[in-house]
Amino acid sequence: MSDGINMVTPPTDVLLDVNDLVVHFPAGRRGLFGPPSKVHAVDGVSFRVRRGTTFGIVGESGSGKSTTAQAVMRLIPSTSGQIVFGGENIADYRGEKLRLARSKFQIVFQDPFSALDPRRRAGELIREPLDLLGIGTSRERDARVRQLLAEVGLPPQAADLFPHQFSGGQRQRLCIARAMAPEPDLIVCDEAVSALDVAIQAQILNLLKKLQRERGLTYIFISHDLGVIQHFCDEIAVMYLGKIVEQAPANLFFSAPMHPYSWSLISAAAPPGPLRDRLKKNYLVKGDPPSPVDPPPGCRFAQRCPFVIERCRAELPSLEAQDVDHFVACHITADIDPPDLGQGSTAIGE
Amino acid sequence: MSPVLSVQNLTVTMKGSKGPVPVLENLSFDVAQGKTMALVGESGCGKSMTALAIMQLLPEDFRVTSGRIMLDGQDVLTSSPKELRSLRGNKMSMIFQEPMTALNPLYTVGDQIGEVLRQHRGLGRRDAHQQAIQFLKAVQIPAAEKRVDAYPHQLSGGMRQRVMIAMALACKPKLLIADEPTTALDVTVQAQIFDLLSELQDETDTAIVLITHDLGAVAELADDVAVLYAGRCIEQGAAEEIIAHARHPYTRGLMSCVPHLRLGKTDSHFAALEEIPGMVPPLGARGPDCAFRARCAFAAEVCRTQPQPPLDRVDASAAVSCWRHQEIAP
Repeated sequence: MSDGINMVTPPTDVLLDVNDLVVHFPAGRRGLFGPPSKVHAVDGVSFRVRRGTTFGIVGESGSGKSTTAQAVMRLIPSTSGQIVFGGENIADYRGEKLRLARSKFQIVFQDPFSALDPRRRAGELIREPLDLLGIGTSRERDARVRQLLAEVGLPPQAADLFPHQFSGGQRQRLCIARAMAPEPDLIVCDEAVSALDVAIQAQILNLLKKLQRERGLTYIFISHDLGVIQHFCDEIAVMYLGKIVEQAPANLFFSAPMHPYSWSLISAAAPPGPLRDRLKKNYLVKGDPPSPVDPPPGCRFAQRCPFVIERCRAELPSLEAQDVDHFVACHITADIDPPDLGQGSTAIGE
Repeated sequence: MSPVLSVQNLTVTMKGSKGPVPVLENLSFDVAQGKTMALVGESGCGKSMTALAIMQLLPEDFRVTSGRIMLDGQDVLTSSPKELRSLRGNKMSMIFQEPMTALNPLYTVGDQIGEVLRQHRGLGRRDAHQQAIQFLKAVQIPAAEKRVDAYPHQLSGGMRQRVMIAMALACKPKLLIADEPTTALDVTVQAQIFDLLSELQDETDTAIVLITHDLGAVAELADDVAVLYAGRCIEQGAAEEIIAHARHPYTRGLMSCVPHLRLGKTDSHFAALEEIPGMVPPLGARGPDCAFRARCAFAAEVCRTQPQPPLDRVDASAAVSCWRHQEIAP
């Protein structure tokens, strides 16, 4: 599978190459003397992110999208796998080496209320990564803080205020300024706009896009909102119970999705109208995602898949190239008619 | 036929250090049997306060200063605490955004649904338990006989919200208030819950007040919509009409700032999202002039010098509160 990707993306413009990443958590034992259980949070995930692009990860809660991001950021230990960032495998980095490498990859979290220390002023919060990484002189750091505030659209006076004096959207701007402070190459946005009101969400998305254009930033953008993902991402990976089930460039994904789970996600998010009704009737799955603790063999989606066959329950499908750049992990996708998404449906209000 | 719920000129204020601060101003709407009214707006616009005023569950320091709330012919605002207790659950009930915090973690879901039936219907313990199973089946929870003895933490988020819906509908209320019922749920589960709500509404003819920021949900579920901004209703009418021809700049902004999913072959070139700059003015910082003026691209002299205009009926099914809605019509 990774060979397939090799052919289509020259390795030079790949910033991040994640290879067979596994993150398992212990989950007690089955019974008092039973075998130990494991949460298969991320179970063999591989993807590549090209420089200056946005890689979107979409999935429901428990799919492992945040765990993937945190493992890539080296915020939680990975069980196995390679994380090649800028040509070096940072999965092996420890201690001081890891600490200094962190200047190149930063993260913005979902909840800007809990991500900022309430006892410190905005200026100090933005300056903190510069202090910790020893970037520039004290005066240069102050200048950089002012410049960062301006870049994220906050006035210079904001530096003296405490987090509670800002609104949710402004706080997320602070988080972005802080992530930008050490001039990273990669920023992970983990549901960074999900907690914001729609009007504020648009402001933050536009800000992130502006910063990407100006600085050539690379994003990993995690969201459960397909509309936002389509708007913001160049490439999309769909995760389900610790596995990538489909991966494709955005335009391909939204015109010819191939995995039954992707069909379900799309039918749940389709704009209201006859197309949505038809999609929901035929493709929306029932129930909730099952538990990632000790998943059964076979396809993780088999339990909910409307098109399941015997083989799906026994044999785990691998992510294979169905088309240039389009990867799917499904035994049956070739045998089923995909949903007819028409020639570009219209959004509501148009 | 008289509406199930009639809210007339509802005004809610909050106690402030310099006198009362308006939270909701002059809100009026009716919801008929079997119909769904959506309240839309950003946080801080008064959607949830409207719901809490109807349920008479306003927090301390908040009070209704004028207006009337009629539920099935009964004046909610003049009802005694005892009357209110029988209204809630029996005639009106509410489901909240976060089913985990709304359910009691120490009781099984069967006990919690049963409690409603024992309190309001006078059922015995065993009958209530049997009925609870029926309700769990009605909200499409698989293996209801087993799940009735489960505690909330043993259920997924989607199932908890189904339990909440079962509790809310247990006494066949005339009015159901759903405050962002799917915001905390996964997308595929959201779609299921919306489907469930409209199916149950078809069966029971309940009137629904749906509080949401999701205009997609409005288009799918609502018959009527009221768009709130800073405690004032700025546009109101039939949902289809408002979504097809939004007139107020705020409503238009709300619709265009959400990236809508485009399916099929489209050129997926990035275009900046339309923004509504700034944010909702906080309580106490709202003058008599149009509250949206500071964020409005169409603001003119009249918007500053005149108080916010009353809702102006623009055709049979829509009303808008904007001085310039005719000039700026798209």
